[in-house]
Amino acid sequence: METSATARTQPPRIEVAARSEQAGETRAKLTVRNLDFYYGSYHALKSITMDIAERRVTAFIGPSGCGKSTLLRVFNRMYSLYPEQRAEGEIIMDGENLLDPKRDVSLIRAKIGMVFQKPTPFPMAIYDNIAFGVRLFENLNKRDMDERVEWALRKAALWEEVKDILGQSGHSLSGGQQQRLCIARGIAVKPEILLLDEPTSALDPISTAKIEELVDELKREFTIAIVTHNMQQAARVSDYTAYMYLGELVEFDVTDTIFIKPKQKATEDYITGRFG
Amino acid sequence: MSDISASNPVYRARKRNNRVMLSVSALALAFGLFWLAWILATLFYEGGSALVRATLYYQMTPPPGADGGLANAIAGSLLMVVVGTLIGTPVGVMAGTYLAEYGRNGWLASATRFLNDVLLSAPSIVIGLFVYSVYVAQAKHFSGWAGSIALGLLVIPVVVRTTDDMLKLVPSSLREAAAALGCPTWKMIMQVTYRAARTGIVTGILLAVARVSGETAPLLFTSLNNQFWSLNMNAPMSNLPVVIFQFAMSPYEDWQRLAWGGATLITLAVLLLNIVARVLFKKTT
Repeated sequence: METSATARTQPPRIEVAARSEQAGETRAKLTVRNLDFYYGSYHALKSITMDIAERRVTAFIGPSGCGKSTLLRVFNRMYSLYPEQRAEGEIIMDGENLLDPKRDVSLIRAKIGMVFQKPTPFPMAIYDNIAFGVRLFENLNKRDMDERVEWALRKAALWEEVKDILGQSGHSLSGGQQQRLCIARGIAVKPEILLLDEPTSALDPISTAKIEELVDELKREFTIAIVTHNMQQAARVSDYTAYMYLGELVEFDVTDTIFIKPKQKATEDYITGRFG
Repeated sequence: MSDISASNPVYRARKRNNRVMLSVSALALAFGLFWLAWILATLFYEGGSALVRATLYYQMTPPPGADGGLANAIAGSLLMVVVGTLIGTPVGVMAGTYLAEYGRNGWLASATRFLNDVLLSAPSIVIGLFVYSVYVAQAKHFSGWAGSIALGLLVIPVVVRTTDDMLKLVPSSLREAAAALGCPTWKMIMQVTYRAARTGIVTGILLAVARVSGETAPLLFTSLNNQFWSLNMNAPMSNLPVVIFQFAMSPYEDWQRLAWGGATLITLAVLLLNIVARVLFKKTT
């Protein structure tokens, strides 16, 4: 373990491999090194260094504005849509830097899917919502596409509810169903990493439980990074947890360690509700 | 402890304010509707009888004192409005798309938006004079093409404005959701944002059509008029607004009756266009 009490002054640098006996054999899917991020002149992420473990769930917690959503949006280069936002540093995936301006962002995003806080079904039929992303990179015939749509909807635990209304607009579903539709849309393109940005904050407890079960199921095939304001959720679904504050990564460790015996006083205060 | 009951003075003042403002709003509504109803009533009263006569639709505009119809004017108007819309809509939609999806708040987009607003509020007679000087004066004759171009130039700013506004209403989360799947921008626009903004964009186009179908001034300088049946776009072309203008100002009673008929016809056509659009969108959304 490299984490120490000096981590407030020095960026925490935690190697996933060092904890492999605690969370099973893992490999870093994303390697983040000295990542800085700016909204115009505002320095939103400060020298973030961490590894995102393959086929594990990594949760990001911290108060609003701490930069956890921003970090997620750097992973899939979402910030590139906005010219005033920029990132410095390295995020290595399969040996290549994602932040390299020469990289084709569409290809990056096809490998790194994202589900947003609010459900964002496209204004089209449920079936086409799923097929839309698949059609971007694959030429499937009708039967294969039908299979893929069913596969994705089953994975997202939505198939039974929508199998007879696939032609209806995605907007006709309830909020929880729409969010599962968005997850199905995200996994239908078979990404390697799935980024979940507060995916359950607008949902009722039952839909939330379904999505949490889903995350547990999905980590067998996908690497998942989830931002959440719900500490219990982070504790329930994740293998690793990162606590962020004011754009810095304060502590990053195995979830049990973070929640049972965090090394940083700041982390403990936040988790136990003595924050602020 | 404040007094929380129906007699609380703050609460009563608020209720009184509500009643006053609601009455004022209702009066404003009645005021607007009153003139609209008056205009429609006058139109149908004066033009209704001309409208039901079949000759209106197949006979040509007559010389004074003779019986006739508006067939050539109706055909000319239809043709020029359709061609004008075909010229103006693609340009307008594409420019609006640039503004909302690519230019956003850059200097080029801001400048374009400003110039477009100038064009939007420019008197239509200026557009007519412009086409007259650059086209009619060079070709040395009035023509249907010139009229269509003038109408197209009037369509553009309306469509640019509504397309820009409607696309800006599409939440950026929808764009991000498409981008997150690895969707290139052009495909995202074609398949997601256009779809989300479809109703608004088509409404904008219909508004533009409704606006130009009553335009008189730009046609006076471009297509002028033609008392015979002619679909030749290179020749002067008859059209309802100019015929209405000429006939309504004339001292001849049968011309005036035809002018009322034409005015009622345009109004009904625009009304019908709006109704059809609404019915269509009810079905698809």
